Amino acid sequence: MFKKLNITCNQATTICDKSQYGEASFFDKIKLQIHFIGCKICVMYTKQNVLLTKLYKSKATNTKRKQDSLCMTHQEKEVLRKELEKQNV
Amino acid sequence: MSSPSPITHTLDPAKWIDNYSDYLFRYTTVRINDHEISKDLVQETFFSGLKSAKNFEGKATERTWLISILKRKIIDHYRKKNSKKGQAEVRMNFYNDGENEGDWIEERVPQSWDSEVEKKIENKELQHQIDLCVDKLPKKYAMVFRMKTIQEVDTEVICKELGISSSNLWVIIHRARMQLRKCLEDNWFNN
Repeated sequence: MFKKLNITCNQATTICDKSQYGEASFFDKIKLQIHFIGCKICVMYTKQNVLLTKLYKSKATNTKRKQDSLCMTHQEKEVLRKELEKQNV
Repeated sequence: MSSPSPITHTLDPAKWIDNYSDYLFRYTTVRINDHEISKDLVQETFFSGLKSAKNFEGKATERTWLISILKRKIIDHYRKKNSKKGQAEVRMNFYNDGENEGDWIEERVPQSWDSEVEKKIENKELQHQIDLCVDKLPKKYAMVFRMKTIQEVDTEVICKELGISSSNLWVIIHRARMQLRKCLEDNWFNN
């Protein structure tokens, strides 16, 4: 039982990453909390990871906002049209 | 090209550019984040579409059919190794064998950050730095990270599209976030 609860820093940070997307299991979270007792580095990693998640969320919002207007330029489409016509002959 | 049955879809290549180029371009760009490569992949998709038009059975809509071609092009793209982007190796952060297996490698241990990090989140340059750091990842990692974190696509959908298992996805996400963390730390957050 105790062996199962004992995880490495590599496993702990993997759980922490998973948990940033709300996809870590309850058991995983318990293992992570137990790991924190003896590992201050992973505590720091987790705090920083939460900040990074906020940063990525903000990036995601900004990216999605701009995304709808993403398109090829008129000129690029005309070049493509000619290329396509050549192929289609 | 197809039978006259009303439920059978048909192809109309003359209208592809007007009807689908922006849609396909956007689909590619959100995965690859490179204007030129996206444009090329859209072009290749149309070319392949023309070549295989005779095999179109009309079961799917024209758009779905074109997307299925594009998806294969995107997968081929991220499997190609010999390009500038994505050549970077993922550095190890933990010992992978011996007594210390799974422990942090000393020089890769996270450093403390300046206390102003939270205030910088909306900073445009920092947001741009994310792209620069993601571009340094191997292509497959960059794509999985972008889809999961920036596009917020469901795990299952990504796994299906890229043909990977969910545990594989989490290993990729873990390594990608580790590497990005280090890249942002070196460029922005270091004390």
